[in-house]
Amino acid sequence: MSSIDLDRWEVVIGLEVHAELATRTKLFSAATAEFGGEPNTHIDPLTLGLPGSLPVLNSHAVELAIRVGLALNCTVQRSVFARKNYFYPDQPKNYQISQYDLPINADGFLELPSGKIVGVERAHLEEDTGKSTHIGGGGRIHDAQYSLVDLNRAGVPLLEIVGRPDLRNAEDARAYVSELRAVLVAVGASDGKMEEGSLRVDCNVSVRERGAAEFGTRCEIKNINSLRSLGRAIDYEAARQVDLIDSGERVVQQTRHWNEDDGRTHTLRSKEGADDYRYFPDPDLIELDPDPEWVERIRAELPLLPAERRHRLAERVGGSTEAVALIVDRGLDVLCLAAIDAGADAGRVVTHAEHNLSDERARDLDPAAFASLVRMETDGALTATQAKTVLAELVERGGDPASIAAAKGFEAMDTSELEGIVDGLISAHPDEWQRFCDGDVKVTGFFVGQVMKATGGKADGKAVTALLNSRTA
Amino acid sequence: MSPARALPEASLGTAIDTAAAVRSGDRSAIDVIEERLARIAADEEQVHAFNLLSADAARDRARAIDEAVAAGDDPGPLAGVPVAIKDNLCTRGVATTCSSRILAGWEPPYDATVVTRLRQAGAVMIGKTNLDEFAMGSSTEHSATGPTRNPHDLARVPGGSSGGSAAAVAAGFAPIALGSDTGGSIRQPAALCGVVGVKPTYGLVSRLGLVAFGSSLDQVGPFATTVADAAVVCEVIGGHDPGDSTSLPQPFPSVVEHLDDGVDGLRVGLVTEMLGEGIADDVGARVRAAAEALAAAGATVEEVSVPAVTYGLSAYYLVAPAEASSNLARYDGVRYGVRVDAPTAGEMMEATRTAGFGDEVKRRIMLGTYALSAGYYDAFYGQALKVRTLIRADFDAAYERFDVLLSPTSPTTAFAFGDKTADPLQMYLNDVCTIPTNLAGHPAASVPFGIGEDGLPIGVQVMAPALGEIVMFRVAAVLEGAA
Repeated sequence: MSSIDLDRWEVVIGLEVHAELATRTKLFSAATAEFGGEPNTHIDPLTLGLPGSLPVLNSHAVELAIRVGLALNCTVQRSVFARKNYFYPDQPKNYQISQYDLPINADGFLELPSGKIVGVERAHLEEDTGKSTHIGGGGRIHDAQYSLVDLNRAGVPLLEIVGRPDLRNAEDARAYVSELRAVLVAVGASDGKMEEGSLRVDCNVSVRERGAAEFGTRCEIKNINSLRSLGRAIDYEAARQVDLIDSGERVVQQTRHWNEDDGRTHTLRSKEGADDYRYFPDPDLIELDPDPEWVERIRAELPLLPAERRHRLAERVGGSTEAVALIVDRGLDVLCLAAIDAGADAGRVVTHAEHNLSDERARDLDPAAFASLVRMETDGALTATQAKTVLAELVERGGDPASIAAAKGFEAMDTSELEGIVDGLISAHPDEWQRFCDGDVKVTGFFVGQVMKATGGKADGKAVTALLNSRTA
Repeated sequence: MSPARALPEASLGTAIDTAAAVRSGDRSAIDVIEERLARIAADEEQVHAFNLLSADAARDRARAIDEAVAAGDDPGPLAGVPVAIKDNLCTRGVATTCSSRILAGWEPPYDATVVTRLRQAGAVMIGKTNLDEFAMGSSTEHSATGPTRNPHDLARVPGGSSGGSAAAVAAGFAPIALGSDTGGSIRQPAALCGVVGVKPTYGLVSRLGLVAFGSSLDQVGPFATTVADAAVVCEVIGGHDPGDSTSLPQPFPSVVEHLDDGVDGLRVGLVTEMLGEGIADDVGARVRAAAEALAAAGATVEEVSVPAVTYGLSAYYLVAPAEASSNLARYDGVRYGVRVDAPTAGEMMEATRTAGFGDEVKRRIMLGTYALSAGYYDAFYGQALKVRTLIRADFDAAYERFDVLLSPTSPTTAFAFGDKTADPLQMYLNDVCTIPTNLAGHPAASVPFGIGEDGLPIGVQVMAPALGEIVMFRVAAVLEGAA
């Protein structure tokens, strides 16, 4: 399948993200909500849907839902739990308690690192289902010999975050999920682990010719288990729909299953005869109307969100959007700001955080040590390469940058010594030198490498480049 | 067929007297139990009040109570009192079937809150009583274990759905019993069996462990031979339960304390809409006699129109089946209860439900599923909710002028088996006087007030506003004295 002509086609994407909320117990019962466990051990009468059992709302789940709602700039409102009725073996009551016309969070938005704003229609509470394992056949319920049901997950609180169809390409879709995950983790609502299913993404994709007023017919893609799959699935699905239209067929509204192995989406079920879930307010529960004072208390206790942290860092360092986003994503913004406060050069701080601090332990780095390392570098006491080595040591074992540098025998090279080495290399490699003079930038690396080899890595790469440039004049 | 016998309860005593005797050591709990078990042994085969008898467990429990009394402990206000429990209330380790094939043999791992509270008060469960399957019916004829017979006339129904509990108390098998009332399922069988039956305000008695039928209507309440016994049971089982989200955060009103307060100065309204067409003459006459008795005791009595109650039946047969269609979806053969095997999961569920449910249950599931379906919701379920609001408003208006309202409990005395099974609508009409209070969430009691032309019991219904239990019991107590 070919990639689509983006001058002619516009891809429209809306994501529905289910986040498992990080509560100790289930949404409506005291059974543990912990991930995993021996099958059917995290259960109680309600989880099993036993006759006579009744739901009692978990207030911690409500608090987490409100935190997310506020972080997504939603209106936190009076809400009603409704029953969504459908029969399925891993749905113990054969209805799911969800929220329908009145969700707890409505009408918010999420700002991506690029600055793009994506609308959030709603973020509502609902209970998770159990897990079915179909044995025999193709692993699908329809041709299985038998199925095993594990209800450990049944009743675990979910927040379903319904995004508006504001996304236009796979990259933005990935950025949206990534940002949403960062927000969920920041407010402590979820661990955000896609691989454990605590973050699940359903993706609605449609295509239309550019300038068209109406959206095209959409397909919903399920079984997306990673950000990479999300991008691949969108690209595949958009191309599939364009191919259909180009060949005179029409897109049928349906739910499709992403297959990671063959890189395609496959028909799961047609949605043309829309499912009738017979929603009605759950008479076992009363309406949820959070006290405004409680909501304000939760708002006041919210941590700084990724977008706010990016703005705060960008104001101080003025680095590229990508670098700032990466640093916040790595949780290094507080370290960077502290190092800058301690007198370190903002540019060098950002460069190190972006390129040399991918290690998770970097978050625990002592800002004062980091700052003094950067100062040694900007003062010329250490070359960039040496600084990188010392920094790695600091992350690994901590300590004082000056002592580490001394122990490694690092000292700044004398300029005249460096000049001698560079001149010697120019004479020894006339062909390369000519190419350098002709503007072949790639040869720079050759000379720098040679200098490093000759100095045992003590030379400053930038100083070498400056010297080479000065010799061409 | 002639009546089984005259009402026997006087000879075996009330719950209050029994508990007093056991607590003081005048009588042993085991003696109380054996006496009731003897009566059950003699008559249960004819009456079929029970789906299950727990005689041995009751004896063990009675001996434990006797030991407690001997040791100087107080087992509680219902010490040693035998109680029959409707078989839609969960009892730990004791089969709870709702008189349905689909739950045959299922033993809950927990007790309903009301069962726990009765035990904590010293009561002794002697068995689980028959009902219309999943509490859907007004005659106890829709039971997988066969019908219960009215102890006053074995050829007649005991009413329903709590027919087993009503018959057990009427037959002297137990002085008190628990039932559940969704549209009249306590009050109507109480009336037909000549005993007292109370449906408390919605939310005053926990529903945790009550197998759901129409969750927004279901309420647990007592059967008893006296108003005072019913009041004691209400106080024991009622009050807040954090395990039921619809439970009100307050104790049951102090009805026992006010039983003898009388009705002097109370304003009693006779509901016009419940005295006309469809109400048997002898029943209507007894209700008017009850009104006169209250007037004689110092109350003022007037007729009052509550127009919206005439829509009650229609609204109820949308709301209750709609909720039931969802509540009963869980009986699918996957996790518990009966399973009928089939090649696929979907076919297994269908086969299980087809074989497991009786006709009346299937009829209501279909009604309710239809009422909730896309395109019909607004016209049916949505409209029914509006009627519900209207009924509540009309009752509220009436209660501005009256403290209680009076009506028949059931339009007729007990009818013969098979009389109404052929025509579901005729059966549904039995609940025309009881349904409105369920839709409003209000309390109501049925009190025996004489007999009809056929010699069978007639019940008068006392309705009160939400949380109006004290005044309701005062009126019931006066009626009991005047009957």
